[in-house]
Amino acid sequence: MSETQQPRAEATVTLTNDVGLHARPAVRLTQTAAKFSSRIELALGNQSEWHDAKSVVKVMRLKAKQGSEVRFRAEGDDADAAIRSIVDLVERHFDG
Amino acid sequence: MSDGTVAIGIVSHSPDVARGAAEMVRQMVGTSVDVGWTGGNADGGLGTDAAQILSVIEQIWTPAGVVMLVDLGGAEMNTEAAIEMLPADRQATVRIANAPIVEGAVTSGTMASTGADLEAVVAAAEEFGG
Repeated sequence: MSETQQPRAEATVTLTNDVGLHARPAVRLTQTAAKFSSRIELALGNQSEWHDAKSVVKVMRLKAKQGSEVRFRAEGDDADAAIRSIVDLVERHFDG
Repeated sequence: MSDGTVAIGIVSHSPDVARGAAEMVRQMVGTSVDVGWTGGNADGGLGTDAAQILSVIEQIWTPAGVVMLVDLGGAEMNTEAAIEMLPADRQATVRIANAPIVEGAVTSGTMASTGADLEAVVAAAEEFGG
C-alpha cells in the first residue's frame, strides 16, 4: 500500500514589518499565495489551527502583530516555490 | 478564469463613501481590478440612482462578471433595477454581494486580482460576514 505523496514545504517566519498582518500585508500575502496551485496554509506561532492563506478574510482574522511567529506550509507540485515566494514577501516587508 | 478579471462595482448613498471605498481597493489591491463607483441621487443629495448604477455597470462590465457592493435599502433595490436593465444575457454575470461595502470591496477585489472566477469573488466578499 503506497499513498501518493504530494510535495510539501514549510517555513517559519517572524513578522518584522511595522504592522504585522494588517489589511494591506494580508492582501499581498493572499495575492502571492494565489499564484500557486498548491494548498497553502498558515498558523500563528504555537497555535495548532491552520488557515487558508488564499483567503484574505481568514488571513486578516489572525490579527498577527509585528514580532509574531507565523508558520506556513504548502502541499502540491509547486509547494517549494510557493513557500520561497512567501518567505521572500515577508522578508521584503510585504512590499510590492 | 479565461474570461479575465472580475470587476467590482460600489454603490453607496454617499458619493464620498463610494469613492473612498473604490480608492481603498485601488490602493490596497492594485489597478489590475476595474473598480466603478457611484453614490448620491440625481439632485446631488444622499441617495442612489438606477440610471447611474447602470452606467457604472456598463463601464466596468467584462465577460468574467461584476460583483456589486451596495449599502442600505435603496442602494440594493436600485442596483437590482439596474441589473434588470442590462441585456438578458448579461444579467447573470452581475451579482450583488451580501457584504459590507468597504470590507467586501477590498476582500472581493483581492480575490478578483488573483484571477478567480465570479463565484469565488462573491464568496470572498460574503466570507467577511461569516
